[in-house]
Amino acid sequence: MGTYLAKRVFLIVPTLLGVAAVVFLVMRVIPGDVALLILGGDSSGNIDKVQLAAMHHQLGLDQPLIVQFGAWLWGVVRFDFGASLWTGRPVIEELLGRLPLSLELAFLATLVSVAIAIPFGILAAARQDTWVDYLIRMVSIGGLAIPSFWVGILIILLLVIYFGWGPPLEFTWPWVDPWANFQQMFWPVVTVGYRYAAVTTRMTRSTMLEVLRDDYIRTAWAKGLMERAVLIRHALKNAMLPVITLVGTEFAFLIGGLVVTETVFTLNGVGRFVVDAVAHRDYPVVQALVFLIALCFVVVNLLIDVTYAWLDPRIRYH
Amino acid sequence: MSVQYPLAQAAPAPTVPRLTWGSECWSFVRKKPLGAAGAAIITGMLFVAIFATALAPYDAYTPDYGASFERPTAAHWFGTDEFGRDVLSRVIYGARIALFVGFVASFVGCTLGALLGVTSAYAGGKVDLALERVMDILLAFPLLILALAIASVLGPAVHNVVVAIAIPIIPRAARVVRSAALSVKENQYVEAARSLGAAARRVIFQHILPNVAAPYIIMLTAQLGSAILTEAALSYLGLGTAEPTPSWGLMLSGSASSYAEKAPWIALFPGIAISLAVFGFNLFGDSLRDVLDPKLRRKG
Repeated sequence: MGTYLAKRVFLIVPTLLGVAAVVFLVMRVIPGDVALLILGGDSSGNIDKVQLAAMHHQLGLDQPLIVQFGAWLWGVVRFDFGASLWTGRPVIEELLGRLPLSLELAFLATLVSVAIAIPFGILAAARQDTWVDYLIRMVSIGGLAIPSFWVGILIILLLVIYFGWGPPLEFTWPWVDPWANFQQMFWPVVTVGYRYAAVTTRMTRSTMLEVLRDDYIRTAWAKGLMERAVLIRHALKNAMLPVITLVGTEFAFLIGGLVVTETVFTLNGVGRFVVDAVAHRDYPVVQALVFLIALCFVVVNLLIDVTYAWLDPRIRYH
Repeated sequence: MSVQYPLAQAAPAPTVPRLTWGSECWSFVRKKPLGAAGAAIITGMLFVAIFATALAPYDAYTPDYGASFERPTAAHWFGTDEFGRDVLSRVIYGARIALFVGFVASFVGCTLGALLGVTSAYAGGKVDLALERVMDILLAFPLLILALAIASVLGPAVHNVVVAIAIPIIPRAARVVRSAALSVKENQYVEAARSLGAAARRVIFQHILPNVAAPYIIMLTAQLGSAILTEAALSYLGLGTAEPTPSWGLMLSGSASSYAEKAPWIALFPGIAISLAVFGFNLFGDSLRDVLDPKLRRKG
């Protein structure tokens, strides 16, 4: 297990280097000059040459590309992503202020979705091609089809029309006032969670279907076990392995859900930070956030692989 | 892998009659009613998109400030928006944008991905390793985040959205097609072709590509719905298409929620259109996968 872990951790280093390079390059192929954008000009050219050169120097854009990349990497290593062009505050500081909200939303949404998805996924697989299966599949395919932001808009619409409620401007932390926090987080959690649940239900169903065809399941049936025992004790245990991998695949859904849902509900989390930064052309922030999100994604996937190897000894020896 | 029982398999195999295109379609409809429903939705949307000019009662672009915020009536079935544009007409024209972006982005993304995947599998060795690493790096970005970053760099326009959505699809398709190609490559007919002196290009295009068509098509239909959804999300966030393009996502952004009380219909219909489109593609894709994926074909 130790060597496996070391190998896996070692392997993410080149991936992260590549991620840093991709982020760097994407931000450098921007048509037009970032410095010009910052100084508020377009292509009209009525901008002071001296000022422009100073801005170039300040952003380090007068350096050769390789030096710029080196500087960016050095910053990444020290978790120093520079300051936001919009607020002037360090990116990390801005990020840490918004992180708890997104983490709370992500955690609650995951919890809600797993609680819904696993029982319904099992039920659909156990009753394959019956009306129960069709209904569950329809609802989950439907859940995948409905955009999160539209669900959010509809919820707000209904709340505004029938209860005169609008999204609050100030966020209340759970440790300040848990009830107010719950009221605030309830609908965003539903908005992110239903979609997440739809994905997990489908995956649980299909892995259960695969497992249910295995020989040991036939054996379990043949020795006269009750359905509940076959499904839970024999099938679910083995179907859970691939379902764990899903958490990784779904992390991407979760991020997408956060970006959109926080925007709809005007919650000041990391997701909305990304959107605002892009809208303000706040490139240091966009660059940092895209990199950090990818970093999280890589780390989450690593943790999943390790859990997987820990649960299934066969994987370690490959 | 479960054991194959020769006795159970032997009986029906040789008697399968050759199916015509029509009867094959009919058997799909009977066996996969949900998939057929999806196909029907897609056909309907294609029809609406192609004949948008004839079907739309009003112009989707010109504002008519005298007629803003009209409720749904006989004249404006879906009401009008804040600029007095007919929402129904905009939803109809929106089908063009959604299907265009969906089809082109997923086709380009999946095709480039499939070519890379097959090349990677066929070449093996260092080329395979290098391509795999690059794909790993691209896969480290969640789809929406990568699309968002690319769209932010390229600026809001329909063709930029296509690029922004196609790029994140490439590594996903490459990975799936590569693993399929790896097993196809081991087949004896590939070995035979190579020992007859066929060039790498011929082996890839004549022998491997046709045999990875199933995963390619599954990937393509799966990405279609996701591409439409991503376009809607990008446009909603103000990073996809730009006004006055009648994109469904764009129609939901800004005005839709700020005029929620006054004109809820602005927010209602484009959302239904997005959901219906993605629902249709997902239903169809799901059933197609069941039919094409031999692992799922047997009934347990």
